[in-house]
Amino acid sequence: MTAELVRGQNHPLPQARLEIRVSAGTPVVAGATLGDENGKVHGVEWVAHPGAPVLPGLEVSKQAAADHRLAVDLEAVPDAVHRVSVLLALPAADGRGPVRFGAVAAPFVAVTGLDGTEVASYTITGLEAESAVVALELYRRQGAWKVRAVGQGYAGGLAELLADQDLPQAHQLAGSIHEAVARGLARSVPAPPQRTADGDRSPQPAAPAPGPDHGATAPQGAPGPVPPASPYDPHGAAGPGPQSEYPGGPGAADPASQPSPAGSGGPIDYSHPRRQNAAPPPPPPTAPPAEPGQPARPVAGDATGWSMDERLYNQVWGMFEDLARTTAAYRSAVDFAESRMEKELDQVLSDPRSRIGGQGDAAREAARARHGQLVARAREAFDRDLAQLIAEADVVEPALPPAYARWDNPAWHAYRVPMEIPMALRLGDLHLPEADRIRIPMLVRLPLERGLWIDSGRSGSPGDTFADSHDMRRLALETAVAHAARLLAVYPAGEFTVHVIDPAGSGAQALAPLVQTGVLAAPPALGAAGTADVLARLTQRVDLVQMALRGGAADSLPPGLDTAQQLLVVNDFPHGFDDRAVNQLRYLADEGPAVGVHLMMVADREESAGYGPLLDPLWRSLLRLTPVADDHLADPWVGHAWTYEPPLVPPGSQVLQQVLTQVAAARRSWDR
Amino acid sequence: MTKGQAISLQKNDGGSLTSVRMGLGWQAAPRRGLFGSRTREIDLDASAVLFADKRPVDVVFFRHLVSDDGSVRHTGDNLVGGVGQGGDDEAILVDLQRVPVHIDQIVFTVNSFTGQTFQEVQNAFCRLVDETNGQELARYTLAGGGAFTAQVMAKVHRAGQGWSMTALGTPANGRTFEDLMPAILPVL
Repeated sequence: MTAELVRGQNHPLPQARLEIRVSAGTPVVAGATLGDENGKVHGVEWVAHPGAPVLPGLEVSKQAAADHRLAVDLEAVPDAVHRVSVLLALPAADGRGPVRFGAVAAPFVAVTGLDGTEVASYTITGLEAESAVVALELYRRQGAWKVRAVGQGYAGGLAELLADQDLPQAHQLAGSIHEAVARGLARSVPAPPQRTADGDRSPQPAAPAPGPDHGATAPQGAPGPVPPASPYDPHGAAGPGPQSEYPGGPGAADPASQPSPAGSGGPIDYSHPRRQNAAPPPPPPTAPPAEPGQPARPVAGDATGWSMDERLYNQVWGMFEDLARTTAAYRSAVDFAESRMEKELDQVLSDPRSRIGGQGDAAREAARARHGQLVARAREAFDRDLAQLIAEADVVEPALPPAYARWDNPAWHAYRVPMEIPMALRLGDLHLPEADRIRIPMLVRLPLERGLWIDSGRSGSPGDTFADSHDMRRLALETAVAHAARLLAVYPAGEFTVHVIDPAGSGAQALAPLVQTGVLAAPPALGAAGTADVLARLTQRVDLVQMALRGGAADSLPPGLDTAQQLLVVNDFPHGFDDRAVNQLRYLADEGPAVGVHLMMVADREESAGYGPLLDPLWRSLLRLTPVADDHLADPWVGHAWTYEPPLVPPGSQVLQQVLTQVAAARRSWDR
Repeated sequence: MTKGQAISLQKNDGGSLTSVRMGLGWQAAPRRGLFGSRTREIDLDASAVLFADKRPVDVVFFRHLVSDDGSVRHTGDNLVGGVGQGGDDEAILVDLQRVPVHIDQIVFTVNSFTGQTFQEVQNAFCRLVDETNGQELARYTLAGGGAFTAQVMAKVHRAGQGWSMTALGTPANGRTFEDLMPAILPVL
């Protein structure tokens, strides 16, 4: 039977081993002090807090949290101790988070047995400017222990609270507690974004709400609910959360935007330096109410997200998943229908009675009819889903921003050099043979996590006589140029730099759009010497940025260093590469992405077969794309083989030149 | 609801149910002493096996949380149980309208992954909820389940244009649904 205590009320404790559960709407520090018969705390060793969480018979958690469980074994508490005070405090805020209990939901504390049954509970109401509070005290009374609801708050915080208990080093200890908490915060899972604009909204408890009770009783250390990763994101990056700054990105060399190192004690700013999330996002467009019996008409951006970009990204991934799954249902039903028909036909064949008269024919006919019926029903369900997805694609595709759009989308004609990096980039289109009418944009997150490999080898599909090897090479390089141009165009001016290695000079024609518009950092590097030079410079850059990041000294980079993301396009690999250059390339592929140096290989793997398995890790680390349609990409849910189509510029279109001209102009004015 | 009793999932007003949730709840093992993390935790797992003509086609369990077609979804593995006050600790959501046409039965099972028998688990139950309005359609108590580590709880099967549910409660032993196949096949 739970006793709900009011301030000052006491209650006997039936057992020595207890838990004290704390539930607050916001992360709080929980601790406990031990006092003698006069209530005096004799020294810092009498205080359990995040920096020193265990005392005899008492254990508190190491960091601030919205929910706590304190373990108490009153039999193990030293005899000199007559009072255990359970205290809560708001973490030192540094301008963020609440600084007074009056601004947050009333904390709730409960004393429970080890099996979870509540003995007594107390909701600490009436707090205002206080930032620390003695919640409960457990005390000895005539040989037995009792609990009392205290609720004594201190506007002066922990230091005042500890001083009030006669602790000599109150101020130093309060400081070291806050320091320990800040360290704990730096280690813990990122909290949801701060909502400074609407601070009135009470923060959600961190724990899942499992049952009809307080939602605060999820055991500490238990696996929480499914992590809040976007289901549509194969990399598990949380969709709606703030995107973390990519190490080595533009911010890497800029100390102002660098998150403070974990050891320095300050809470980490998880917000994206360029993404303004403070204001709540505008409400997403919602589908108009559907006619009865009709599916709702689709609307572009009908997904969750903080911005239209993010909503469209999530919507596209949602369409991708839906198409993968509905196709899986259809294929599974058709496979089943076929295997069932075969089994039934076999049975007819092995049944001696079927040889008499028309019985066998009738049975065969029935088996085929059953097959046809099931397939027709499966197709009907599939067509219904496809119609819905096609209608959705029809509204989504025109609404896409340039980074997500096909080259023939009018968005590219209205192109302006962007002010911030988009969330993702379209690398091409994906489709399945059963659903030829619908193309799913293949969107990958930026900055790139893997390099790209544009395969100029023979296409994997047998019987493809589409192109001889010369054509394939040209097409592959043109595709690479289109990808590089897109990357240049979607990054703000000066935040993306492209280098090209074309040792034999064979790619001059295909590279012309990049060279003529002047968007490259330098003309394509020729010959072994040019190759070695570019590789050496990029390798050095990776080394420098890595050292700076590891040493926590991002501001010690040389002043001339280009802070932009770097893309190295390598044509005709391994032509012009000696062993040293190959090793540098592998190093760039391994270490580059983490510090903003990416590879785009235009290569036929066969031509570097002489290196044997040495290069296998290189190829595996790259995302393989083809210059012609090829079914080599698998979705992350079911693993269908999707046909990939590269994003080619429509024949005769000048859009690439127009866009690159703008990029070059913006780069020039940015350089000035 | 008793074992073997079939419940039609047609609504009273003639409309058919579109989405149901199979919930599984149990009470976490009591914590012992100061080293609470060393408590022997109870991990029950809910699984759903999709059958076409008595042949298993797909399965949704803690290592495959969504059926390939997307119609059956597991909310995620709970390794310790809950407060034992009636909330679902694991749930499997079934979108009956989207179940592929050839799937005609879905069998729900519970396994004790950590090996405790149901005698040792308190407040264990399974239930079927209409997801559209939260109404509990059926509840089935596992408590007093005897010295077994698994149970074939119930099946949902096509009946006419809609779906029915039959409570099975067949006791069995096994760590995952794979161990239960011999117990499942006779009830299809």
